[in-house]
Amino acid sequence: MSLTPDDVKSIARLARLAIAEQDIPAYAKTLSSILEFVAQLDKADTAQVQPMAHPLVGAAERMREDRVTEHVDRERYQANAPQAEAGLYLVPRVVE
Amino acid sequence: MLHTKSLAEMARDLKARKVSSEELVRTFLGRIEKYNPKLNAFITVVKEQALQEARTADLEIAGGRGGPLTGLPMVHKDIFCTAGVKTSCGSKMLDNFVAPYDATVVERMKRAGMVMLGKANMDEFAMGSSNETSFYGPVKNPWDETKVPGGSSGGSAAIVAARLAPAATATDTGGSIRQPAALTGVTGIKPTYGRVSRYGIVAFASSLDQAGIITYSAEDAAMILQVMSGFDERDSTSVDVPVPDYVAGLGQSLKGLRIGVPKEFFDKGLDPEVAAAVQAAIEVYKKLGAVIKDVSLPHFMLSVPTYYVVAPAECSSNLARFDGVRYGYRCKDPVDLTDLYMRSRGEGFGPEVKRRIMTGTYVLSAGYYDAYYIKAQKTRSLIRQDFIEAFKSVDVIMGPTTPTPAFGLGEKTDDPVTMYLNDIYANGVNLAGLPGMSIPAGFVGKLPVGLQIIGNYFDEGRMLAAAHQYQRETDWHTRLPKGYEA
Repeated sequence: MSLTPDDVKSIARLARLAIAEQDIPAYAKTLSSILEFVAQLDKADTAQVQPMAHPLVGAAERMREDRVTEHVDRERYQANAPQAEAGLYLVPRVVE
Repeated sequence: MLHTKSLAEMARDLKARKVSSEELVRTFLGRIEKYNPKLNAFITVVKEQALQEARTADLEIAGGRGGPLTGLPMVHKDIFCTAGVKTSCGSKMLDNFVAPYDATVVERMKRAGMVMLGKANMDEFAMGSSNETSFYGPVKNPWDETKVPGGSSGGSAAIVAARLAPAATATDTGGSIRQPAALTGVTGIKPTYGRVSRYGIVAFASSLDQAGIITYSAEDAAMILQVMSGFDERDSTSVDVPVPDYVAGLGQSLKGLRIGVPKEFFDKGLDPEVAAAVQAAIEVYKKLGAVIKDVSLPHFMLSVPTYYVVAPAECSSNLARFDGVRYGYRCKDPVDLTDLYMRSRGEGFGPEVKRRIMTGTYVLSAGYYDAYYIKAQKTRSLIRQDFIEAFKSVDVIMGPTTPTPAFGLGEKTDDPVTMYLNDIYANGVNLAGLPGMSIPAGFVGKLPVGLQIIGNYFDEGRMLAAAHQYQRETDWHTRLPKGYEA
């Protein structure tokens, strides 16, 4: 599987990653080599195999009672925000 | 020479009041000051906080309230959230991030009275096998500063190898504890998936990530794992299985221990001198009464390609949270919300992380999901099944941790696949959710070689005992790199 520069641009767009134009060919090359490498999996016969859902056999996600266990400490959490005001996270204008 | 003692010896000296926690902490802070500029193994050192914690620990010990780990110094990999102390995960994205809470592992070690000296350098978001993807620059291998220490826990491993701390936490998603432990000649253990809480550890690939510890010896690892392990309701995949007394179990006899040696681990690609060192280590086990058996892991060759579908897929999903809005890096002057997302992520993540996010995005995208992701989850089942079959006839599996000793800085950075193959013996253990360990087993030239021990599910105690008894017969784990002795 070989990726073109346009493929890389569209993947980067899906992943919301700005990639400089001059870096696109190098990503096309390394991503293609990774996809080529993982293509070996095609050779494995998995017709009768179930895809793995959890590393531990038979384990399932644990459920818990639906009750309040944590309280939002907004001020402390927002101390890390690039831009916050009056308890809100600020981003560029979305709606005119 | 305080720094050459094991954690167990330091604990005995603390209890007997032969040394104080403050003296220990000052000794290691002094070594950090002296040697870290050469190694770049730390992202943060918390000198004043450490001294204060040490003095508190000394009061606890004096008051007879000390536990087995009270006052012992250690370091956390910078992937563990530490309240009030920067948690960068080796990334520009989190260079300004101060965690508002402690990871469960951090909390447990704090409660046990251990003193944190600082935070260890690492590959960015734990994605790397050489510690060269760190935003803070590569870590050097103390055995040869032109070589890599391995990764992603390269800082943790180099710190323990150079005796800048007697123990350092680490995480292992595809070999990130065992591979650097092997390349720097220290002991590293990755427990069973679910054994140690992942709460407060910056997530990379949630079905593979597991925290563990890097120390001088298996005995030291047992002491710390005791405290790290156990059920935590804040981690949905934490498993409620009782934690045995690892230290008490170290003495269990190896007579009749069935050791499986997978022939696939000794195939092409393995450096013959590494193979010889590993074979010699297995001979030691024979002398200790173990029974060596050939086993086969027929789908072994699929483990790295399977890993490089599953891990990037989970990474692309986990790292979607870094959006420049709530925390972390934000680009300058975004024109709109999409620009804010794209440039914050494009500028905040380094090349390897972006490569993995894109690989993951691709394999999960419409039209490719079945061909890549579902296929890999099926081959993952096959890989796990191989191990389950093997463990029907053996108690532990042994082989090399890595195909070669430490490689040169810059040697493998251009070709990701070559870099990925460094974890050829490690990836499968994570895919299967099994516990694994690496212990020093000799040298090739001046570079250390690791013996990998793979255990059955929740059988960490037996692995630790096997490692401990080998370390009673050998002295590889006590060797110090040249230039770091005094």
